Amino acid sequence: MTELFLNAVASGILLGGFYAAVALGLSITFGQLDIVNIAHPTFVIFGSYVAFIINEHFGFDPVLIGVVFAPAFYVLGMALYRIYYSSFEKTGQESLSGLAFFFGLMFIIEVFLILTFGVDYRLVEAQYIGKTLHIGFIDLPLRMLVPCVVSLIMTGAVYLYMSKTFMGRAILAVSQDRLALQLMGANPIKVKQIALGIGIATACIAGALLIIIQPVEPSVGRLYIGRVFAIVVLGGMGSISGTLLAALLIGIVESLVATFYGPSWAPAVGFGILLITLAVRPQGIFGRA
Amino acid sequence: MTYLRKIAFGVWLALGIGLASMIASPVAKAADPLKIGFSMALTGPLAGAGKAALIAMKIWKDDINAKGGLLGRKIEFIYYDDATSPSKVPGIYSKLLNVDKVDLVVSSYGTNEISPAMPIVMRKGLVFMSLFGLAVNDKFKYDRYFQIMPAGPVPTDDWSRGFFSLAKAQSPAPKTIALLAEDAEFARNAVAGARRNAKAMGLKIVYDKTFPFGSPDVTSVMRAIKAANADLVYVGSYPGGSVGLVKAANELGLKAKMFGGGMVGLQFAGIQKNLGPMLNGIVNYDFWVPEPTLKFEGVEAFLAKYQKAAVGKGVDPLGHYLPPYAYAYLQILGDAVTAVGSLDQKKIAAYIHKTTFKTVVGDVAFAENGEWAKTRTLQVQFRDVQPNNMAQFNKPGKRIVLYPNSVKSGDIAYPYKK
Repeated sequence: MTELFLNAVASGILLGGFYAAVALGLSITFGQLDIVNIAHPTFVIFGSYVAFIINEHFGFDPVLIGVVFAPAFYVLGMALYRIYYSSFEKTGQESLSGLAFFFGLMFIIEVFLILTFGVDYRLVEAQYIGKTLHIGFIDLPLRMLVPCVVSLIMTGAVYLYMSKTFMGRAILAVSQDRLALQLMGANPIKVKQIALGIGIATACIAGALLIIIQPVEPSVGRLYIGRVFAIVVLGGMGSISGTLLAALLIGIVESLVATFYGPSWAPAVGFGILLITLAVRPQGIFGRA
Repeated sequence: MTYLRKIAFGVWLALGIGLASMIASPVAKAADPLKIGFSMALTGPLAGAGKAALIAMKIWKDDINAKGGLLGRKIEFIYYDDATSPSKVPGIYSKLLNVDKVDLVVSSYGTNEISPAMPIVMRKGLVFMSLFGLAVNDKFKYDRYFQIMPAGPVPTDDWSRGFFSLAKAQSPAPKTIALLAEDAEFARNAVAGARRNAKAMGLKIVYDKTFPFGSPDVTSVMRAIKAANADLVYVGSYPGGSVGLVKAANELGLKAKMFGGGMVGLQFAGIQKNLGPMLNGIVNYDFWVPEPTLKFEGVEAFLAKYQKAAVGKGVDPLGHYLPPYAYAYLQILGDAVTAVGSLDQKKIAAYIHKTTFKTVVGDVAFAENGEWAKTRTLQVQFRDVQPNNMAQFNKPGKRIVLYPNSVKSGDIAYPYKK
């Protein structure tokens, strides 16, 4: 029983680590910039397809592909913010119209993927897929371990960037007091543009991690919408460390419930934890009151 | 114009129009295309299968039109994407029947998309050929419903009968079973039948759970199954879940004697190529594989056309699983319409009930409930699969047919992993 319990916890950490990668970008855009980017999981799937197509043709490792293409996604995110700003934020219509914009964007990306790549399930090849690292009685499938480790590195890098650099602190500041930021000589529009770029760049890497774990088709991102928003809210809006902790918590709870009670209950228990946390601590685990 | 002249003019005009329409209508009718309407999953999770089915259906249409059409009329398809969303299906069929005025309807792909169309089709009294619905007619009991998947007359039980029949024949006989279903209608139905078969065989059920559709990782589920230490593991799942479970079974070293059953996705060439040797030993359902015992007349010519048409479409490049049946369900409808010589739905239904059809998937005869009169759900075992090689699945020897005996091509390797 102990063996099963510890293995379930280990699986939960690996799963949660991956969830953190998917939720990280949303934590920046939704949590810090207040942009309801409902299309974020679809950008993740877009990242999966980039990893797939390069892996299929050149055999490069999906993680490497994700990292190499992240700058392209960064530029895409910056361009996206310019459109969003000019169309909605500038005129104060970002709340509802902005949501509709990202909702529409989600469908446009999906249709683009369908027309370009078709609707068949896509997978990648990598040396470590199918292999398992055994530490004592703990089994760590590399298919889950590699995404988890990459996700932790990415989350750590974003955390350091946000806390140690001027631009990172400016991103945190723009979500708190835009006027004060302007008085400090920083351009809030440029800051937000960079922040959305970072958010979308993380989606590229998260997509590469996703396709290592499971097969992907254009609409599979929809399955993640509820889960990633829950993680961002649970962690405390905009808190990078909170997002990681919440992702690990959801992963461990899902894994334990799936192992000992019934897999069908896993999402319900995860969302139950969200509700209880919000009832006790409405700002989330690491959110500011 | 006097009053009498006005009446006379009106009478002549009415007679003229009537006569003209009597002369013109048969000519117009013959020239009109014969419209077949359907919804199809062209986007969403089942789009891979839906698009492949559509390619096969278009091949049938082209074949028939090249021969002059049906009843002397060219075939025209009117179809809409249901986005793999059951809620869209009733609206689509209402439009097909009331606005587009189609002459015949057939179903979309899959149980979840077929059921919502049934009440609308039944209200109009139409023959309904359906594509891979599991036990849909158990609830409706519609006498003009015909289902092309070879599940058998008791579909939910027949679906897994082969798996249990094989298990029963092994020595030492398996004693315990784990049952797992992905939480959607087909998988639940398949596992419900497996549960009944397991009980009938006297197996002890040591694990019986469902898992959410589209779960990103199923390692924990597989670990719980492994801990249950069952002799047999029967799974009903969809492509994403199937891939995850096969990978997790290999990563965790599942020790069951038989593993598989009702896993959707393991029939698709792209997934087969990716999973490669991880598939070896798995016993799973299938409907057509390139074994010598399944070379039905026309199937290879059809697959050659399909494989050519599928290039660059992002669908299953080999098309063994669904496309031959998507061709065959229209083949049956077309043969019945030709034999009856009209679109009289009652006569077409009666003809389909009493006839054994020669199709690209072999001889097809239907039971009273519209399912195949006799099950031909294959149980195949993956054998000697090599890594990263799709072409190997287009040849015999990789998916050995174990059941039914009438098309058997080899013996089971037991247990699953030595």
